Amino acid sequence: MIKLLHHLGLYFIMMKKVINKPENWGVFRRQLALEMEKVGLNSVVIVIILSFFVGAVVSIQTSINMDNPLLPSYLVGLASRDSLILEFSPTMISLILAGKVGSSIASELGSMRVTEQIDALEIMGINSANFLILPKVIAAVFFFPFLIIISMGVGMLGAWVGGLSANITTADFMFGLKYEFTPFYIKYAIIKTIFFAFIISTVSAYFGYHTKGGAIAVGKASTAAVVASSILILLFNYILTDIILS
Amino acid sequence: MIEIKKIEKYFGNNHVLKNVSFLFERGKTNLIIGESGSGKTTLIKILIGLHKIDSGNILFDGVDFNAIKIKNQRKLRQEIGMLFQGGALYDYMSVEENIMFPLNMFTKKTEIEKIERVNFCLKKVKLEGKNELMPSELSGGMTKRVAIARAIVMQPRYLLCDEPNSGLDPKTAIIIDKLIQEITKEYNITTIVNTHDMNSVMEIGENITFINKGEIWWKGNKDELLNSNNTELNDFVFASELFKRLKKS
Repeated sequence: MIKLLHHLGLYFIMMKKVINKPENWGVFRRQLALEMEKVGLNSVVIVIILSFFVGAVVSIQTSINMDNPLLPSYLVGLASRDSLILEFSPTMISLILAGKVGSSIASELGSMRVTEQIDALEIMGINSANFLILPKVIAAVFFFPFLIIISMGVGMLGAWVGGLSANITTADFMFGLKYEFTPFYIKYAIIKTIFFAFIISTVSAYFGYHTKGGAIAVGKASTAAVVASSILILLFNYILTDIILS
Repeated sequence: MIEIKKIEKYFGNNHVLKNVSFLFERGKTNLIIGESGSGKTTLIKILIGLHKIDSGNILFDGVDFNAIKIKNQRKLRQEIGMLFQGGALYDYMSVEENIMFPLNMFTKKTEIEKIERVNFCLKKVKLEGKNELMPSELSGGMTKRVAIARAIVMQPRYLLCDEPNSGLDPKTAIIIDKLIQEITKEYNITTIVNTHDMNSVMEIGENITFINKGEIWWKGNKDELLNSNNTELNDFVFASELFKRLKKS
């Protein structure tokens, strides 16, 4: 418990340093562009591949489980849509991004810490937490919702392809996709994603920024970042769902 | 000059620095020597504000570092150039970008002025034309020289070097030592070098402090060091056969 409070205290002290006006806006913009590429653009391909295949599998499994003449076949489209929008795209993709982006942030900052690059920034009179972490947080919070929207679209494409292989006609699938569609679900998914993006970027940055030791410590920080981010994503998924959808 | 007065530092129950006082003079290469774990690196990190002291004062040309606001501490730090043991170059930046980084952050110089300054510093460390190389493409000696170029690009008043020769061959180490000494004289800056390399001591030791078990045991210059009767100092400095013979002669 004391250890948890210690980590929480250090996290908030770090966040106080992070949330500050950048030292130089020109340099900050360049850092932000770099992070947009690292955190966001570099994750597009993995998100597309995962979403397509999971969408297809969801659709096939739904059609198998609904193999009953009393159940209309358009339900496959409807069930795929809701599972993708409500859970798979925001939560599962965020968990995957916690692994990819979170470990990358933690190991990058951890390596910079053990090779004294962060100390070098501090000695120059630069607020290192603000300089290194703020662009990552903004890039993640700004870019992750786009990744999730891409995931939803590609996931549904995959579900349609999966549906075709399970003999669901395009017309039935499209009807199910549009059937009683609640646009608020998209907002709900995006709100969740913004929270998850903040968790992934700041928690991973926390573990990386406070690395002590050498290469092994960097590896440990990276693992701890992924584990802590994943647990927090699941916890906040529950809390946010309860608050927003109840 | 930098003056430290009655510095005390604890890490938990470990008393790392005990009542340490010293004057690091301007225009001289001030050396801190001592065994591993003697408190040298802690002292350097205290000087640059990476570790907080438990008591005492650190005066940069009369300004008490710990008595001023954090904002002013940051400004003062901009006048300190630091050379780290491993160079601490930013991996994702080229040589030019690494050296230009402090200029981008703190000056309003035009792109041409910044490039001119970078090229001037690269010439000073004898690395002309290496602007586009990445840190991963540099040898140990080149990394240290780029780090020196980055440390002097803002024309600092103070230059702090943490074991600048670690991992270098003796010939390259002497080049780095000479370079540090040359820069110190040319710009009349206060330079502090933390080392346990005895070649450095003999080459550039103008104002030497020997730290042992967190305390200052001896002060002097390289000539005084050769004639010193301090047992602990002699055991440390003249540990190798070569240096023992040198002492006898």
